Amino acid sequence: MEFKFDNEKPIFIQVKEKLRLYILSGYLKVGEKLPSVRELALISKVNPNTIQKALGELELEKLIYTERTNGKFVTTNKILIENIRQEFVKNIVDNYFNSMKEIGIDKKSSIKYLQERSNKNDIRS
Amino acid sequence: MILEVKNLCKSIDNKKILDNVTINIPEGKIVGLLGKNGAGKSTLIKLINDLLTVDSGEILFKGKSIGVYSKSHISYLPERTYLDRGMKIKDVFKYFEDFYQDFNLEKANKLLKDLDLDKDMIIKNMSKGMREKLQLVLVMSRDADLYILDEPLGGVDPATRDYILDTILSNFKEGASILISTHLISDIERILDEVVFIDKGKIILESNADSLREKEKCSIDDVFRRLFKC
Repeated sequence: MEFKFDNEKPIFIQVKEKLRLYILSGYLKVGEKLPSVRELALISKVNPNTIQKALGELELEKLIYTERTNGKFVTTNKILIENIRQEFVKNIVDNYFNSMKEIGIDKKSSIKYLQERSNKNDIRS
Repeated sequence: MILEVKNLCKSIDNKKILDNVTINIPEGKIVGLLGKNGAGKSTLIKLINDLLTVDSGEILFKGKSIGVYSKSHISYLPERTYLDRGMKIKDVFKYFEDFYQDFNLEKANKLLKDLDLDKDMIIKNMSKGMREKLQLVLVMSRDADLYILDEPLGGVDPATRDYILDTILSNFKEGASILISTHLISDIERILDEVVFIDKGKIILESNADSLREKEKCSIDDVFRRLFKC
């Protein structure tokens, strides 16, 4: 796990977003136990309270849950993870089309550009 | 509240150093005391540690006036090291063990080992940087309720800064609070829960760190620079 922060944004939001990405990407697996608050604080070099707050919000989103004495775990609800992933995909794709539109490129051409670029080797798979 | 400072005033040589200062430190929080050189940070910290006497106002540690009780539960890192230069590290450890009931020798030994220092080393033969690290090891090896660190990053290189921040984060007792004074904000701001800005002896801003970032859309360091532009 690696965290890089931008001091201009609330740190707890950045921790939350990073952990959410780790869950969506499968780096943190379904049902996997999360490191403790203190461990996460050390890995990310932020205050344990900040970690606690970030975890609290992920828990509200139901992406993680607490087992009373055992700690916190990634949800076992694969459908929920998939739904959130789809939401991310939608935003990324919409942003792409919007940005292309801003420079005067229509949807059809935008798709063509995507295909062209993905065929090139310079994009990391 | 672990610490309450109420309407504190202090003058030294007829100069007002602290002017009606009121701050509260909640349990389990890391609070940054941020101000330029000469703003009154060290004086405030010395007053909290009972090294100076107040002119007026009150300082309460867990609801009790400061004194023997507070000293035995507050671990204080002064701006300058006060270690006896003729002592060996193991003598200093012994001294701390005798002096503070909450000194955790096991933790101190482990931290010393991480620094690759030998217990038979004499303080005066250590570099300035090493002495500062040793001082931090001593302070963080106490299982205190409140750690007060006066400019822990003053004049150290970036690698040492990382060491210091790591050592603070990994060693403070769970549930304890920390008060850190500094003028080097960007290096330390991400570990802070709360920030207190002090200028010319007055508290001019108190806020949760992330709320301030959210409100001002910039880093604590930027807020500080904006407020204190010379």
